[in-house]
Amino acid sequence: MRDVYLSADNIITPLGFTTEENAGNMLEGRSGIRQVEDNELSPAPFHASMLDKKILYEKFSSFEDPGKYTRFEQLAICSIKDAISGTDLDLSGSRTIFILSTTKGNIDLLEADPGDERLFLWNTARILGRYFNFKNEPLVISDACISGIQAVITGVRLIKAGLYDHAVINGTDIISEFIVSGFNSFKSLSNGPCRPFDKTRDGLSLGEGSGTIILTVDHDTSGKCRIIAGDGYSTNDANHISGPSRTAEGLFLAISRVMKRSPSAIEFISAHGTATPYNDEMESIAITRAGLQDVPVNSFKGYWGHTLGAAGVIESIMGKYSMRNGILFNSKGFSEAGVSNPLNIISSPERREINNCLKIASGFGGCNAAILYQKK
Amino acid sequence: MRQTCIITSFCAVRDNKLILDGKLLYESATGDFTDFASRLYKHSGISYPKFHKMDNLCKLGFITSEFLLKDKELSGRYAGVETGIILMNSSSSLDTDRNHQNTISDRNEYFPSPSVFVYTLPNVVIGEICIRHKIYGEGNFFISEKFNSLFVFDYVSQLFNNNLVECCITGWVEINGSNYRSVLYLIEKTGKTESGIANFEPAEIEKIYNRK
Amino acid sequence: MEQLVQKLKEEIITALNLSEMKPENIDEKAPLFVDGLGLDSIDALELTVLLEKKYGLKIKTSEEGKKVLFSVNSMAEFIRENNRG
Repeated sequence: MRDVYLSADNIITPLGFTTEENAGNMLEGRSGIRQVEDNELSPAPFHASMLDKKILYEKFSSFEDPGKYTRFEQLAICSIKDAISGTDLDLSGSRTIFILSTTKGNIDLLEADPGDERLFLWNTARILGRYFNFKNEPLVISDACISGIQAVITGVRLIKAGLYDHAVINGTDIISEFIVSGFNSFKSLSNGPCRPFDKTRDGLSLGEGSGTIILTVDHDTSGKCRIIAGDGYSTNDANHISGPSRTAEGLFLAISRVMKRSPSAIEFISAHGTATPYNDEMESIAITRAGLQDVPVNSFKGYWGHTLGAAGVIESIMGKYSMRNGILFNSKGFSEAGVSNPLNIISSPERREINNCLKIASGFGGCNAAILYQKK
Repeated sequence: MRQTCIITSFCAVRDNKLILDGKLLYESATGDFTDFASRLYKHSGISYPKFHKMDNLCKLGFITSEFLLKDKELSGRYAGVETGIILMNSSSSLDTDRNHQNTISDRNEYFPSPSVFVYTLPNVVIGEICIRHKIYGEGNFFISEKFNSLFVFDYVSQLFNNNLVECCITGWVEINGSNYRSVLYLIEKTGKTESGIANFEPAEIEKIYNRK
Repeated sequence: MEQLVQKLKEEIITALNLSEMKPENIDEKAPLFVDGLGLDSIDALELTVLLEKKYGLKIKTSEEGKKVLFSVNSMAEFIRENNRG
């Protein structure tokens, strides 16, 4: 069966408009998470990684009329545009599928007009697809926090099934009053920047961003190392719609399935690590049950916050960056272990050759996903 | 390896009707969806108090799957991890999103509710069905303008072909205000079950979806 | 106090969608978060919203929450102490 390669990519967060820019800032120890005081978003201040509205607007205006697109669409378009510019693959024909991963899309439009057509995620995807002249009707995946990984998994599966040769995967979510109020009602937002796996962790910090990764059957001919997207799996805890399984049943199953299909030992784990007391504890159980407690692991959420539908994509891209450049990022916000199963949490950036990256995530609805990226 | 599958059973809920394998099982003369869902719940004879906490999208998906899976003894024939649930709709969780928005629109009456917010993600329907039937396998939720039989066939087929599932519940669960429609299919491998409605192929999937 | 307890039971049934329950089914002395009522973490959060919405009372810490939400009686006591009952 054919291998699916990772081609060009892009990450847009407050830490930069390209993957390289993000990585550079992360290595300098920067985080996009700030205290936000905006009464439009929340009656009380909260910590989040939010894009500078003006900068995005200016960036978008440099090539297109911002009046025609919503903030969500502008963000996604900027990301997809940059990724596409990094490859000379021909993505214009019927052998390309565009897959959008998002939890809420243009949900910030809901208050003004509950009947707004742009609230339909398939419509948002279509608008994005038309902008880039993608031939096929896009796919949209809305699977809570595992959407991003699911989008990559789906792209891999459809390409391997011979239905397409390329997949443009974009994951985007923006912060809105809708989202902030919701997470507030769960009392799951952090006081201060989030601290994944840390003893004093007290909740997640929201983040907004967009990530694009292009999957293809064509070898990367640029001379750089080739990385393939392996088989991924999704599972369900079958336990509770918002609380994870205390035995990490679903995530452990997903990781096990990946390990069964992969001959090599896992060398790096990009955890979900949202910094809520329950999620990180559950993940430590899943990782330990799988026998991976000594594998270097981090959470990227301390840099970008929890970017929901974008998370699986941008974190996968940074896993790819780590493999390409032999750099492991430390788990920002972590200082002292606070989970019942000790893990090998990366506490400072280090140069290390790694040949694969296990990306995992869990979300509301009891869903879990895992995928392995491997050097070829 | 291409695996041939069959549609073992299907269940549809729309226009105040519940139809199982083409037979009208229950019909309610009047009432909105919330009222109809309540009647369907009573008609099912199950005792599952959590049903009343669900939003309308989950009630629709849950009750349709309840009738679909009744007497099918899924847990006796398949391990939990062998069953997948692949659902799709057009409105995502928009119906409930509006409810959440209403709890925050007025700053003087600002009371966001976790029991509403938790349902502002469409894949929670999958979660509710998994909890009820102890299903641990593959799950995915796609958003598209219309039901796409060819996509359902392509996506679910590759799950079977790659041994990712032994059994799959798939279909459309959509609600937006007073408009609602669900059509769920139970798909199994040929030879794994004695009964069957039709072969699992795009034309049959489409025919069942369009049945009046 | 009796009236408040009765009112609270009705409000809890509505807030938590316990449609199959009647106020007389709820023992005001019994722990709320035990198998009987099947309440979970979301229900606990909803009850804090209930206290805020109907009685203007905020629970400050999770420790306080555990004490206040122990039973219908403890909730009523909390409301009475803060003179909103």
